[in-house]
Amino acid sequence: MEAVATDNTTQGVAGALDQYLTFMLDGEEYGVDILSVREIRGWDSATPVPNAPKHVKGVINLRGTIVPLIDLRERFNLEPLEYGPMTVVIVLNVNTDKGEKTMGIVVDAVSDVYSISADDMRDPPDLGDSVDTNYIKGLVNVQEKMVILLEIDRFLNADRLPTSSDYGLDA
Amino acid sequence: MSVDMSQFHQVFFEESLEGLDIMEQGLLALEPGSQDLETIGAIFRAAHSIKGGSGTFGFGEVAEFTHILETLLDEIRDGQRVLTGEAINLFLQSVDCLRSMFDSLQTETPLDMESANALHKQFEAMLHGTDAAADTSEAVDASGAPENDAPASTGWVVTFKPDLDLLRTGNEPVRMFRELEAFGEVTAHCDLEKLPTLGTLTPEECYLSWTLEIVTDEPVESIKEVFEWVEDESDLTYAPLGTKVEAESAVETADGNEAVPQVDADVPETAPEAAAVAPAATAAPDVAKRSEAAAAVVKANSGKKPDTSIRVSTDKIDALINMVGELVITQSMLGTLGENFTMANLHKLQQGLEQLEHNTRELQESVMRIRMLPISFTFNRFPRLVRDMSQAMGKSIELLIEGEGTELDKTVMEKIGDPLVHLVRNSLDHGIEMPEDRLAAGKPETGQIKLNAFHQGGSIVIEISDDGKGLDADAILAKARKNGLVAPDQELSTNQIHELIFEAGLSTAAAVTDVSGRGVGMDVVRKNINELGGGIEIESAKGVGTTMRVRLPLTLAILDGQLVRVGTHTYIFPIINIIESLQVKTEQINQIAGGSEVMRLRDEYIPVVRLYDVFQIDADSTRLEDGLVVVLEFDNEKVAVAVDDLLSQQQVVIKSLETNYEKVDGVSGATILGDGTVAMILDIQSLIRMAGVRQSHIQKTISL
Amino acid sequence: MATILAVDDSASMRQMVTFTLKGAGFEVIEAIDGVEALSKAQTAKVDLVLTDVNMPNMDGITLVKELRGLPSFKFTPMLMLTTESAGDKKAAGKAAGATGWIVKPFNPDQLLNTIKRVLG
Repeated sequence: MEAVATDNTTQGVAGALDQYLTFMLDGEEYGVDILSVREIRGWDSATPVPNAPKHVKGVINLRGTIVPLIDLRERFNLEPLEYGPMTVVIVLNVNTDKGEKTMGIVVDAVSDVYSISADDMRDPPDLGDSVDTNYIKGLVNVQEKMVILLEIDRFLNADRLPTSSDYGLDA
Repeated sequence: MSVDMSQFHQVFFEESLEGLDIMEQGLLALEPGSQDLETIGAIFRAAHSIKGGSGTFGFGEVAEFTHILETLLDEIRDGQRVLTGEAINLFLQSVDCLRSMFDSLQTETPLDMESANALHKQFEAMLHGTDAAADTSEAVDASGAPENDAPASTGWVVTFKPDLDLLRTGNEPVRMFRELEAFGEVTAHCDLEKLPTLGTLTPEECYLSWTLEIVTDEPVESIKEVFEWVEDESDLTYAPLGTKVEAESAVETADGNEAVPQVDADVPETAPEAAAVAPAATAAPDVAKRSEAAAAVVKANSGKKPDTSIRVSTDKIDALINMVGELVITQSMLGTLGENFTMANLHKLQQGLEQLEHNTRELQESVMRIRMLPISFTFNRFPRLVRDMSQAMGKSIELLIEGEGTELDKTVMEKIGDPLVHLVRNSLDHGIEMPEDRLAAGKPETGQIKLNAFHQGGSIVIEISDDGKGLDADAILAKARKNGLVAPDQELSTNQIHELIFEAGLSTAAAVTDVSGRGVGMDVVRKNINELGGGIEIESAKGVGTTMRVRLPLTLAILDGQLVRVGTHTYIFPIINIIESLQVKTEQINQIAGGSEVMRLRDEYIPVVRLYDVFQIDADSTRLEDGLVVVLEFDNEKVAVAVDDLLSQQQVVIKSLETNYEKVDGVSGATILGDGTVAMILDIQSLIRMAGVRQSHIQKTISL
Repeated sequence: MATILAVDDSASMRQMVTFTLKGAGFEVIEAIDGVEALSKAQTAKVDLVLTDVNMPNMDGITLVKELRGLPSFKFTPMLMLTTESAGDKKAAGKAAGATGWIVKPFNPDQLLNTIKRVLG
């Protein structure tokens, strides 16, 4: 469980490396599979969607297609932050039960790209109600920092409001 | 080489269904006893292609069924048989039967052979009734499996004396000899006896004959197959080879090639450059076609949904290519201008941008045109419908079709088919009277139904008119009063009464007949048309006839929109749903039970929806009289929507919210405005629902 | 590689034939009926003609007859795609100058075998 290299030249060896794009959210560093990232863009105004859950900030025009933006702080029930020049939107391709969808997540800032082996991933500890561990692929230590790798296909189902089961409160 | 035949299925299904349409139209145009060889030929060709294709693509049941159809058609075409009314009916039923077979094949559900077998029997009876010829299906089997049980021998001796003009059919003896070599060792003796002197020799003629000895285990049929194509132009004998012959003086087969000199050299090389260009030109479309076919297969395998492709005439594609060409020119002009831009060139820049706008608009129109198909695709099913139904009802009806070349969007066309069928059935059933009634009313015995289509503005108008008995306003009103749709003391204009037939639960048929009393009413027809963004009007005069006028947008991809503002938000109403916009006065607003608001407009009560309220956003004001209300109508229900202001009207391109998000209540889609921002297009049907109360309900509960 | 002029009014048959032939390395020129085939034949070097018989505008037999009349097609092999029931068509086709025929239904292997027979 040691620090992993940030270069991507060692791919193809046993315990193949996956690349993750990481971003900051409320002081924590999160990672998403870089293969699902379509682009990164600055925050620009979005058109609100009537009666949408509060973490759905609206829809934007992404070269002719309508793409919803999800505020990850609000999605994780974290304190909302005023959007500023550092606020970034990561546009992701997400597999949902209704097929592949394109969505944007609003985060505090983009951090880095790491190559991470599945062998180095730890199971998440119980984090209580604030973040549901269902959405976490695993934890990994990178240069003495902890990075939370997200299972975006699971939690970016913006087509429904988070329910109690999303927070592991059922069962 | 193995070829996956399923990649051609989709195209085969499409062309077969088109072929069935051709057959049906042809059959409907033919009178019993007709000698119209052109039409009969077209019907025959369509059946023939379906048979050939289904055999090739592995649909044996279809091939077998079509075969007997084709046999009968062939006899009629050749004048051996008279086309009877019975035969026309049988053919028409076969068209239906084949359609359902293709339907099953497309959706990969098992074929129901019951009706095919029944029809097959009837065809056989018809064929053998006047003709004692052998059972044709047996004949097929026999030729399909040639006898293969001739005794084997050590080989065969063949004498081959071709006619002089053998070469003129493209047949070459040397090629046949090579084929024979595949069976075993071949020894050829060439007979040069007939070879003339060089001076009188015509190089295009074949003067030679051969005796060939083939050492092989193959049956004589295999040998005969090699000469199959030339047996009529040659003297051929076949005899078993007794013992192995070591023929020393054998003429090499290659000599045969020399003996027919210049065969190859004599073929002139016509325009070799053209030959090089032509295949390259055909290659690209072929690749496209192939990938299209592959895509169709993927579709078929994943969804088992039939047919979503579209055939586009090359004219439309050429127009598109021209347009793109112009766009590229404009773009490069603007690019050059931008490289060394000075304010002195401002005028040129403006011109360029205007050009660009012009190009873009033309391109958009051309792309839209690709999805446009002539309405004949829908109209074509009506001759059959009218024929069958009028026969069943004992009515005499003539169908006139006009404007069948009028084009509309494929999606709209697919969705308007069923409502139109319902309207035509209505005319047949309720409109046109029985022949004796018509005569008694002083009308011609034969009734008339007319279908017409034309463009008007950005819409297509489809009219279904009949010269039947028209709507009986008194009867409708009486029934509506009885059903509680109209208050006992409420006075309605004739037009308003006619409109009542679109209300649920009001059937004008005195008795529910087999034809149109099948559950789907005019209310559903109107709803379907409304959902397409269209409307329907009725015009009727008692004793004279009825005209139904359906108005539809040409496409579902673009919408004429009215932009409205609520606070900082911009929304779009489809203009087709807007009746009027007005400033409302406090005294026009009433609260009714359940907290709903209604607005009195002239003699109507209309439920009010405050957009800021249902969408939970901030408006300039919450007082209705400060803003405007837009009165909208959908499916005969009205709703008044309160907004802060009206903005401009413009055409908008409809984008789906559901592609990346989900369906949102009150919103039918989104669009991108000129400044690049997204605006929601409002869904009138769901706003009416959100109003919490229906206008028709208010009308009944509030006494005037 | 040899160029084949494939004539059929059925799009699916054309597609199947073209796909099969191209897969075997032939160049293919498609035509939807005799009229188009005749016009395409004027401007291309064709090594073999493969034509359906029953077609609108100009049928396969007339096409063969017309092509045979062109100097460049005097010896070009021409095969007709016929059905098993059309015996008299074969004779008519031969009289018009057809080299031979392929009986429908056929599969891609049969098609290629026959064509290789003709083109050697």
